[in-house]
Order: sequence, then C-alpha cells, then structure tokens
Amino acid sequence: MKILSSEITPYKTYLNRRKFIKGSLASALLATVSSSAFANHNNNSSIYNKYLNDSDKLNSYEEITTYNNFYEFGTHKKHPHLNSGNFKPRPWTIKIDGLVKKPQTFDLEKILSNVTIEDRVYRLRCVEAWSMVIPWQGFQLSELINMAEPLSSAKYVQFVTVFRPEEMPGQQKRTIIWPYREGLRMDEAMNPLTILATGLYGHEMPNQNGAPIRLVVPWKYGFKSIKSIVEIRFLDTQPETSWETLAPWEYGFYANVNPNVNHPRWSQGTERRIGEFKRRETLMFNGYEEEVAHLYKDLDLTKFY
Amino acid sequence: MFSTRNFNRSKPVLFILILFPSLLWAYQFVTGNLGVNPIEKLMDELGLMALRLIIITLMITSLSNIKPLKSIVVFRRMIGLFAFYYVCLHFSTYIVLDHFLDIQFIIQDIIKRPFITFGFISFLFLIPLAITSTNKMIKRLGFKVWKKIHYLIYPVAILASMHFYVLVRADKTEPVIYMGIIILLLLHRIFKRLTRPQLAQ
Repeated sequence: MKILSSEITPYKTYLNRRKFIKGSLASALLATVSSSAFANHNNNSSIYNKYLNDSDKLNSYEEITTYNNFYEFGTHKKHPHLNSGNFKPRPWTIKIDGLVKKPQTFDLEKILSNVTIEDRVYRLRCVEAWSMVIPWQGFQLSELINMAEPLSSAKYVQFVTVFRPEEMPGQQKRTIIWPYREGLRMDEAMNPLTILATGLYGHEMPNQNGAPIRLVVPWKYGFKSIKSIVEIRFLDTQPETSWETLAPWEYGFYANVNPNVNHPRWSQGTERRIGEFKRRETLMFNGYEEEVAHLYKDLDLTKFY
Repeated sequence: MFSTRNFNRSKPVLFILILFPSLLWAYQFVTGNLGVNPIEKLMDELGLMALRLIIITLMITSLSNIKPLKSIVVFRRMIGLFAFYYVCLHFSTYIVLDHFLDIQFIIQDIIKRPFITFGFISFLFLIPLAITSTNKMIKRLGFKVWKKIHYLIYPVAILASMHFYVLVRADKTEPVIYMGIIILLLLHRIFKRLTRPQLAQ
C-alpha cells in the first residue's frame, strides 16, 4: 500500500501528544476506511492517553512504516517497506482451534463487527535496543478470546503468522522456521493492555507492519507482537515460539522488557528512541509495570527471561 | 598495463574512491539522510567497509602471486591504512554517537558482549599494523620482525568477521561468505608454505 504524503497530512494532529488529545479524534477515526469501518469506534480518549509518559512523543508515520523487523519480507529494516507491495491482506480469516468449545474459522470482517476499535498509543521496545511510540487502532485480545470460548484447561495461547512465500519473499529463504509462531500465557493474553491491532495512525494496518491484523503486547520485546495472524490455538502447555526455538539462550518465552536482564548481544539497560540522539534508560516492563508486574510476582525473571 | 608504474600513477584515484564513502556518509548523517536510525546505519556502513578492506588486503597478497598481477601489491599499504581509518571511524561512532562517551558502560559492553569483544580486540591488533606501516619503520625493525608483526592481520580478519557473524540475528549468508573468503586465503598461504619449504630458507 502506497501512502501519498498528502494523505498523511491530516494525521499531523498525531505528531504531538497534547494536540492529539485535544484535537478532534472523531474526525481522524472517521477518515479510517475499510477495516475499522466494520467495527464500533470508541471515542473515549482517556482510554489511551493514560498509557503514555510525559516525555513520550509519537514517532512519525514514515519512521513507523520504513523501519521494521518483519523477516517474512527480508532481514533488513527497510525490506518490509520495499518488499511487501504484493502482499494481499484481504480477504482474511483466522482459524481458532485447540482447547476451545468449538474450533472454527472466523472472517476478519465478522470479528471486527463484534469488537470495539480503540486508539492505543504504546511504546514499542525492540530487543535490539531501539524503541518507538506508535498510535495503534485495535481491540483487546480478550474480546476475541471470549468469542473463541476456550475450555478451562487452556493455559496458553499460540499465534501463527500466514505462510505465503509467493507474496512474502523472505519466506523463500529459511532464515527462521516458517511460519512464525508466538505465544502468551492465558493471563497475559487476557490483560487489558494486550491488543490485536488493525491499523495505525488511522490507516489500515500497512503490509509491512503486519496487515491486516497483528498482536501488540507493549510490555514485551517487539518480536512477541506477531504480525499477520492466521491461526490462534489454545493449549495446556507452553507453546514453542520462533525466536526461542532459534536461539533459546538469547530469547525466552516471556521476553518481558527488563533492563536488568542482559541479552548476549545488546545491553537492555538503555535504548535509542527512534528520532532521538541520546539513548534513554529502558523502563521495567517498558514502563507498564503498574499494569503487568503482578502477573510475574512468583516468577524469577532472570531465569524466565 | 599492470606495471608498478601504472599502478602507482592510479593511486590518487583509488585514494579518492576509497575515501569517498566516508565523506558521503558524513554528509548524509549531518543532513539527516541516513534513514530512520542514522547512528546505527553509520556504524554498520563504516564497519562493513572496514571488514571488506581488510579482506581486500589479504586478497592482494594472494593475487600478487599471479605473475601478471604481481604489481598490485603496491596498493596494499594504502588499502590497509584505509581499513584502519574506517575501523577508527566505526569505533568512534560507537563511543561518541552511540554511547555518548559513557566509558563505564562501554567497558562493560566490551567485556560482556562477545561480538563487541571480538571487534575490540580486532581493533587493538590493527593499531601496531598501522603504526609500523611506514618505510622507515620497516627499516628500523628489519623486514623479518616487521613481517612477524604483520601476521596480526590474520587474527584481525578472523575476529572482524566473527564480530559481524555474531551480530547478525538470522540469515548469516553475508558474514559466512566473508569468513569463507578469509579461510580460503589463509589456506592458500598455508599451501604455499608447505609446497615451497626450501625457498623459505
């Protein structure tokens, strides 16, 4: 999807947090066509601005859509932007299976007509020690989980990315084992911070950011936020995840942002916020400690990194 | 055509060609044209350039064994010094731009992270090579001692390619290609030694 600069101009209101809050949110949301048009909009601004700190400024649309890790389209940061033009995010279905009342396949449109799309501005912290602030549109994962009706024996949720090597040139090479897989513990998945995002900056989700629907778990390293999801599976055991399978000594299942647990390649104590010159301190749970620390009170985070 | 004289004449051109990328990146950095994460980009470009130049100096030695190409060895010192130049820029970008002279953090980083350890040792080994690169130094040390010092280029190349290999998260094709070339060049030298033992004396 090509975005003309003229199309982005109306979203200038997003560039500054204060303006963003004051500005007419409804008009920005109404400009969103397609996916979100099927969903109900929630215009209550207090829902999203409480997740930002004072020093957080939104990253630009260009930064968010030209600097991506999405190995399905290539391993360089610019590859997803350059190589995702042939990807077709419509029509789209999501298969729900595993420990659920009734395994079924949902049309994305059907899901969207049953949920409430909200604006959520989140910090995104990559394991490579860079970060951004991104205005997502999406809905709480818990809403979909409730639709899926998992059995009480379901303790984990696994997510699977689409496998289409003819549309995703990165998948023609075995850099990681395709399809990409991720997972969450059930309580993490049900946490109100965890969303399935269908857009950013009021646009439909760009291909390079995980069209048409992706996970966003803001207190975990970016690789947990799996893109272009086609399958959600409910399990009673901890599922395998892609990066953990590839290098378990580097990437754990939990992958919580934690400045005190170092990665063999990157110090996690600091990060470079894209657009800023000096590094900043990395915050515990990426600054969402209040919302999620209780999930891990019985867990040794140096062991379960 | 491949005479020492012609090669010596083309040196200024080569000098400008190899210098040019650093000027371009500096210009792009200052004008904000190095992409979304300019410091990372600058560091990557400088480091990759340095590694490639190190490999080229090794190649020159091997290629100069082919009779008609004998004279290309006149380029070796300049390219080697340029490798050092790019490593210095790479390292100072890391220290100044990336970590803002936070020396304590940098020391921890060098000790704790294997890929930075490899890169740092490689840089240290390059220093004596650069210092002893002048004709005067060769004379003062004697060719034999000088040559021994310059065997350091092998650990330099191996460590530099490992530095790159460990850094890449997935799809290690490019670093593996560089390592392959280095291994081939080393094998060629070993082979040469084994097949011509008398000449060494």
